[in-house]
Amino acid sequence: MEINNSKAKRITWWQKNQVKISPWIFLAPGLIFFSIYVIAPIFVSIGISFYQWDGLSPSIYVGLQNYIELLDDEYFYISLWNNLKWLIFFMLAVPIGLGLAIFLNQIVFGIRLIKSLFFFPFVISQVVIGLIFTWFYQPNYGVIAPFLNLIGLEGFSILANENTATYGIIFAGLYPQIAYCLILYLTGLNNINPEQIEAGRMDGAKGFHLFWNIVLPQLRHATFLAIVVTVIGALRSFDMVAIMTQGGPYGYSNVLAYYMFEQALSEYGYRMGYGSAIATVLFTIMMFYILFFIYRMYRNEREDNN
Amino acid sequence: MKKIIISLIMMFGIISSTSFAGTLVINTDTSDAAPKEAFEYIIKKFEEENPDVTVKWNVFDHEGYKQSIRNFLNTDPPDVANWYAGNRMLPFVRAGLFEDVSDIWKDSGWVDGNLSENMEHAKKSMTIGGKQWGIPYTYYQWGVYYRKDLFTANGISVPKTWDDFVAACATLKAAGITPITIGSKYLWTTAGVFDYLNLRTNGYEFHMDLTLGKIPYTDPKVQAVFDKWDELVKPGYFLENHAALSWQEALTPMVNGEAAMYVMGNFAVAPLKEAGLRDSNLGFFQFPEITPGIPMAEEAPTDTVHIPSKAKNKTDAKRFLIFMSRADVQEEINKILGQLPINKNSSVKKGDPFLKAGLNMLNNAYAMAQFYDRDAPAQMASEGMKGFQEYMSNPDRRQKILERLEKVRQKVYK
Repeated sequence: MEINNSKAKRITWWQKNQVKISPWIFLAPGLIFFSIYVIAPIFVSIGISFYQWDGLSPSIYVGLQNYIELLDDEYFYISLWNNLKWLIFFMLAVPIGLGLAIFLNQIVFGIRLIKSLFFFPFVISQVVIGLIFTWFYQPNYGVIAPFLNLIGLEGFSILANENTATYGIIFAGLYPQIAYCLILYLTGLNNINPEQIEAGRMDGAKGFHLFWNIVLPQLRHATFLAIVVTVIGALRSFDMVAIMTQGGPYGYSNVLAYYMFEQALSEYGYRMGYGSAIATVLFTIMMFYILFFIYRMYRNEREDNN
Repeated sequence: MKKIIISLIMMFGIISSTSFAGTLVINTDTSDAAPKEAFEYIIKKFEEENPDVTVKWNVFDHEGYKQSIRNFLNTDPPDVANWYAGNRMLPFVRAGLFEDVSDIWKDSGWVDGNLSENMEHAKKSMTIGGKQWGIPYTYYQWGVYYRKDLFTANGISVPKTWDDFVAACATLKAAGITPITIGSKYLWTTAGVFDYLNLRTNGYEFHMDLTLGKIPYTDPKVQAVFDKWDELVKPGYFLENHAALSWQEALTPMVNGEAAMYVMGNFAVAPLKEAGLRDSNLGFFQFPEITPGIPMAEEAPTDTVHIPSKAKNKTDAKRFLIFMSRADVQEEINKILGQLPINKNSSVKKGDPFLKAGLNMLNNAYAMAQFYDRDAPAQMASEGMKGFQEYMSNPDRRQKILERLEKVRQKVYK
């Protein structure tokens, strides 16, 4: 009895809770910085959206005024609508990336080099891509000009036309995004179980049937990841817009992320409250997507475990 | 332990105190070649004349400065900072970040001659609330730059009236030449055209009233400006696809002889000459008269130097501002900049016909507008210029655009 007692005494609080606490200690640096630089600014930003503030003078509390103004702002709706276009057309990166990945997933001489060439657009900076595509689209002397002339659109400028500017930017944005999806699928294809394909073949599956029912389900994780990064990429599209059109012509290629920057931080901006209101709206939209995907991921994991 | 803390504090103290007595900290946005050279020159000259002062000069990137100044005026104020006249300095004046320097303007004992007299024409754009907040040191003219050879080849003489101007455009268009080039990707070029049409149709006072928010954008007088603009936009006298081009890119058609005119500031001359144009085929004329009898006011954006109100060494900062206002100093700066001095006693670079024409025009100007985006508050300017660009691409949307601008005006000038 005595021995037992003394042993029980020697177990300190630390020893008792060590297993519970140590992960938090390891996580602490990350969590601290994440909350200072990511979590806290979200709340500060939402807070600022209720004020009128130019960044210099004292801020004035205006309640929901910024949001009310947003509802009556033509450019806000144009940007929102453009974000929707981005969401829809940016998704093309996923099937195109998949197609290219399957095409490149073969063993021939020099395939590594070819794969890395296809992956190259993802490595170069978005700014460079935006700049180069702006030159491509240049009327009269751009690379695309001769083709436009062929279909009778002489001197047509894609980026100066309010109806085509957004599509022009999305097209440029697809170039690196396809490469990103491609690499996700290539790694996915490496992990495919050859036995299952073999089994499928023996059961008489081939061509599209084999791909749709046997290969694609195994690529589920890659697909999930590709869709998530593409959705987020579409919603936060900023650099391409900034480089290629600055939201022009007259705000018709603007997206929420760039509109927020324009209102809050550009040369003619410094409407911190209004910019924060736009950021809050964008954040809410993103939150819906992110929560939806996290929920799906959680559900899938549980299914896998069962 | 105590010793370590004390020495740490001391070290920190040394590092954080960037200026001592006799040190003058100057922040400028002069990252481009000529402005940088100009400031190098005057700082050296200032140090020679004032051996007791050591200048610490920080050059910021021209674009980045617009951001940085908002930070450093509060957190790490220099003793002198450069900026722009007109409404552009209003946010800083209102936030109490610029020092009132009216005494430099009033006291003729400071300088050779009376400052208020020598810079009378620029005083208005430095005044907010009856006080002066800085010293202007350079400006440049706006107007119409044109290809002399294309004018001669098509039998056009320099237009003096609006009718001549429109007729010249028609002749050029018929000859297959774009009459007026413009690149509106960054919007502000459209404001130059709008300002001149407005200054000539309604005059300087109306321009100021409009940019001060006293006049609705749906006013018939604003409509009259757009009626004149229609005469240029509707027949397609401006370069096509201007919304995709920067102002520099829009120079190319003019260099290639495909476009004949550009409503621009004098800074366009340097790149045009670099691209191969000479004084023999590049010319300048004053924007033609529209409403007869209205005194001719011009656009002349002005660069200025200011003392931040939190500056540590205000005594030497004032000496520097007085130095910058001197006729001989302004003469030298502007020779390097290729621009015009504000001080009336300065002379300009000889042999430059554009500067000569500009000086002549501005000295006879009725008044000087700063530019739409410097006279109007930022938000109004940004929406206004977006509207101008949209109008130039879709002139039939005029009414809708003006109604939208009016809505913005009512919000901005509450």
